[in-house]
Amino acid sequence: MMKKITKKLKDKKVLVSDGAWGTFLHQKGLPAGQCPESWNLTHPDKVLDIPVQYIRAGADMVLTNSFGASPFKLKHYGLQDKVFAINKAAAEISRRAAGPDRFVLGSIGPTGVILMMGEVSDQELYDGFKQQAKALEAGGADAACIETMSALDEAVIAVKAVKENTDMEIICTFTFEKTVNNDYRTMMGVSPADMLVMLKKKGVDIIGTNCGNGFQRMIDIVKEIRSMDLSIPLIVHANAGKPDVQDGKTIFPETPEKMAGFVPEIMAAGVNIIGGCCGTTPEHIRHIKQAVTLQEKNDK
Amino acid sequence: MNDLIGQISICIERGKVNKAAPYPPDMREQDGADELTKQAIDDGIDPNEILHGCMMGMQKIGEKFSRNEAFVPELLMSAKAMTAVMAHLKPFFQSGNVKRKGKFVIGTVAGDLHDIGKKLVAMVVEGNGWDVIDLGVDVSADKFIAAIDEHPGCIVGMSALLTTTMVNMEKSIQGIRAKHPGTKVIVGGAPLSTEYANKIHADGYAADPQGAVNLLNGF
Repeated sequence: MMKKITKKLKDKKVLVSDGAWGTFLHQKGLPAGQCPESWNLTHPDKVLDIPVQYIRAGADMVLTNSFGASPFKLKHYGLQDKVFAINKAAAEISRRAAGPDRFVLGSIGPTGVILMMGEVSDQELYDGFKQQAKALEAGGADAACIETMSALDEAVIAVKAVKENTDMEIICTFTFEKTVNNDYRTMMGVSPADMLVMLKKKGVDIIGTNCGNGFQRMIDIVKEIRSMDLSIPLIVHANAGKPDVQDGKTIFPETPEKMAGFVPEIMAAGVNIIGGCCGTTPEHIRHIKQAVTLQEKNDK
Repeated sequence: MNDLIGQISICIERGKVNKAAPYPPDMREQDGADELTKQAIDDGIDPNEILHGCMMGMQKIGEKFSRNEAFVPELLMSAKAMTAVMAHLKPFFQSGNVKRKGKFVIGTVAGDLHDIGKKLVAMVVEGNGWDVIDLGVDVSADKFIAAIDEHPGCIVGMSALLTTTMVNMEKSIQGIRAKHPGTKVIVGGAPLSTEYANKIHADGYAADPQGAVNLLNGF
């Protein structure tokens, strides 16, 4: 099995990932309420422009427009028969932007169903993730990026489905919130330690955190994980701060300069891959890339 | 307070559904909300008292959730236990022997498919003695209005998880106000805040399920 990203991390200390997709698609005219992933089939050129811009900004890897392309989510739009086509197209589009030398991370988001409520069986979840993973690999993804997870059981089933049915590297990231007790937990109560122990046991290649927080809190989370494990590769996709709405428009408060200002600290905390989530733009990634390059020079 | 009612309350707080349920592990083999409620009714205990016990248990877990001492799985188990109690109380609701506090219509706004947060609020509010009508996800202003037509005097709850869909709350509230000016609307969801709720003229913002209960009981 090729572990291209992990291998590259051994040569080079820190890689840069891409920024937001969802908010970017809305900017490009995707109406609220329309299936974002359907655009892979209906507006591939508009989707393509997103990874193209991130690669131009200096990203070493780009994700795919497949976050909600599980059969469970697509069903709401009557697109459950298009799971393979939509995910394959998602990976193909990002591969076109990435070329042969950059990485494509196939995005797999949560299904929105809760196992313990008995709304769905383990097997149904597994089959859904399997369909998505196989299609992303067929479209040329190097890795599966199982992201925005909050429940261990769902994440473990997704990891298993990718591992047993594809040769992709596996990245898995959880979304943590700061509790009133000042520790970090997902909404399902999972701590960074719980995530670390379980994902290592399941053989995930790269773990980390995405969404929910700006860089400042992501630094806390990276430090917490690094206090328990010095070797597992860590990825962070941070929001551009907490969103605010002004005149009907959503404003993310952290500018590219401000986000890039956190780079030295998060690198010192031990992160291996830095990227953005909601509200981050190619400008954010350009500044982050510059900050990473500068910091690596200073460290030498 | 009757001992059985106290036990029912504990079963709800701890999420002990019935005797066969393996959760929580320290209550294995013990009677759960299901058996205890049946026994209480057989013993001739006033169903209003049973509902009250249910509310106390739900309030405790709701407060723990607000304090981040419990998380979604614990809340869901409590809601399951609460549902077991409600199944036994159903005939008394229908006959009018047990009265609920009022009707609460809840839904996730147009364009938004996120179900979990809204569902948690619905369950905790129901456990607090309200009659809850869950309209599901991607609920248009028209659907909210139709529900108010059908359930006069109800209070409306709106949920949104996305910054791109929370703007639809304002449109829905405007639509509701045009047709039903007296209807109270409360809002919640990850990207929201009290300031935003004020800006779109909602009657209240709840950060968590217990917050929604407190708002409803305060109207």
